[in-house]
Amino acid sequence: MKPLPLLLRALRDPRVMAGLTLPDWDLLLRQATAANLTVSLYHLAQEHALLAHIPAHPREHLLWGHVLGERHRQAVRFEAAAIGAALADAGVPLILLKGAAYVLADLPPGPGRLFSDIDILVPKARLDDVENVLKLYGWAGSHLDAYDQRYYRQWMHEIPPMQHMQRQSVLDVHHAILPETAAVRPDPDKLRAAACAVPGMPGVQVLAPVDMVLHSATHLFYDGEFDKGLRDLFDLHRLLQHFGATPAFWDILPRRAHELELARPLFYALRYASLLLGTVVPDSAFHALESARPGRLLLGAMDQLFERALLPAHASCADSFTASAHFLLYMRGNWLRMPPVLLARHLFHKAFLSKSPASAVA
Amino acid sequence: MLTLSSLSPAELRHRMSIDGLRFQTGAFVACVTSPISHVADGLERLYGDYPLRDKHDFVDFYLNLVPVGGLRRWFKPQVQFDHDGLRPFQPLPHDQAFSMFEWALNWCVSGRAHSYLIIHAAVVEKNGRAAILPAPPGSGKSTLCAALVSRGWRLLSDELTLIRIQDGQVVPSPRPISLKNGSIELIGRYAPGTVFSRPVADTAKGTIAHMRPPADSVRRAQETAQPGWIVFPRYVANAAPALIPLPRARAFLKIAENAFNYSLLGAAGFKAVGDLVEATDIFDFSYSALDDAVAVFEQLAGLGA
Repeated sequence: MKPLPLLLRALRDPRVMAGLTLPDWDLLLRQATAANLTVSLYHLAQEHALLAHIPAHPREHLLWGHVLGERHRQAVRFEAAAIGAALADAGVPLILLKGAAYVLADLPPGPGRLFSDIDILVPKARLDDVENVLKLYGWAGSHLDAYDQRYYRQWMHEIPPMQHMQRQSVLDVHHAILPETAAVRPDPDKLRAAACAVPGMPGVQVLAPVDMVLHSATHLFYDGEFDKGLRDLFDLHRLLQHFGATPAFWDILPRRAHELELARPLFYALRYASLLLGTVVPDSAFHALESARPGRLLLGAMDQLFERALLPAHASCADSFTASAHFLLYMRGNWLRMPPVLLARHLFHKAFLSKSPASAVA
Repeated sequence: MLTLSSLSPAELRHRMSIDGLRFQTGAFVACVTSPISHVADGLERLYGDYPLRDKHDFVDFYLNLVPVGGLRRWFKPQVQFDHDGLRPFQPLPHDQAFSMFEWALNWCVSGRAHSYLIIHAAVVEKNGRAAILPAPPGSGKSTLCAALVSRGWRLLSDELTLIRIQDGQVVPSPRPISLKNGSIELIGRYAPGTVFSRPVADTAKGTIAHMRPPADSVRRAQETAQPGWIVFPRYVANAAPALIPLPRARAFLKIAENAFNYSLLGAAGFKAVGDLVEATDIFDFSYSALDDAVAVFEQLAGLGA
């Protein structure tokens, strides 16, 4: 592997930030902006009491990001309360996923994480009720084109994104964590049954620690788009550091992964988090995932792809194979989500029949 | 201190094609790359007094104005703004490339620099006190700003008034003044000798030209000013000048509406706007003749001194 980009070195060991020159900071902040991690850098610097050691000019940029982060955190809390109130009317508990879960449960990836949608998980049998009650509370459906409607409702693990008519916030209502058309279908009943209440937030639930890690890993390593790949890998790094402090976590994690058929994405998550971000993963966890480890050739190929696609989307981190790596992973992501014939049909429809590029969903 | 005018035309174009041309605009350092001659021409004509920065300096905003590829480049060439890999705008015709640079730099500042309350307003200074002119497009804000600047007021900004959150001071960000249609000729007559960029016809806003900021305003870009007045200008054909005091509560709402990041700043934004309207005298101002308007501002400055 080539030398790691500066941003990865700072994420691995935030103390690196104390010794950077101005041109270093210039590059670090450009890479962080491309990876949507500027506000996370601010929080890392804050956590390690480094702000005073950062030159005034780059520190100002971090503080600009902090203003954005605080506003975002406030907005996410407000939205979560509004969604919770709507779901309470339908008698469905609020289970937050990903970014909103990290913020509300005050987990380490939360501070500084910027995201555009709030994701929730509800029982499939209650989807109609949930959608109706959300409409009463001001959220409207999107993707009204008949093909897109079918794409979501028949094949996907979520209904078309909903947007609040006054606040413009976007809500993704999921009933599972992988599409109906994927070869692997982790049982959402098990995830919901294990969900935990957030202390001090009545009515708010998040996935159990192991499930939260597995969902994050699945989301990243089943997806075809990696423009936010490093941010998602950093989430995993922070979650693993946090939950991994409890020794039992590392026994339960691989076991649960096998149970939910998610051992392969977990293997990738542990491998690339430790390779790129230096996450400390006990050998026992890799041993327990041995059966999910890809063969030598496949793994060699995957290393080539992921070690490019998971870097910041900035020119300073790209080589001549980066664009091809993104393209191949895009094809792989679609391949994993749909059987080949359906995939061919879907891509054909998106390429030639859909009305506008704005409605592209793949 | 070396300024852009110290570069030969060839050296300026060379920098723009390799690492980027780096210069200081007020509180920020911009780095501009573009092979398009309209951008280099505009910078050469209007940015001569701006301090140069070199490769070892920290850059706030990277702006690349890149030609759009494909077949189009042969019959209808276009330019696109590339913000270090991100492309937030639709492409525009080539001859609007310099205007696009100006808009793009404003976009960078208003979207990122959250240590300031950023108001969509022109701002000029006399005797250490700043007059803030917030107004919607078409109100004659830029024309009035250009007139005041040509009569000895210091230009702090034509588009973005930056109020530093920490102490409420106006931080200058002097840049070329954007004039539209009839205003270009009007200011040309009002202030002979003013340097303009080449006018570009058929933009979304009609014909546009940028006026070169006075050298003195650019040189004093690090000198902050105390907010003195907020004046909401409105051009009314054939009207006599009328300066009407505006209640503070009403001014608060108008400033909040005109700020790019009022809601984003949360409590700090509320306090910044509150302190600003407490510290200033606030008026609605309608006028038709520039000379009358300038006289009214002179009177304000005299009373305030």
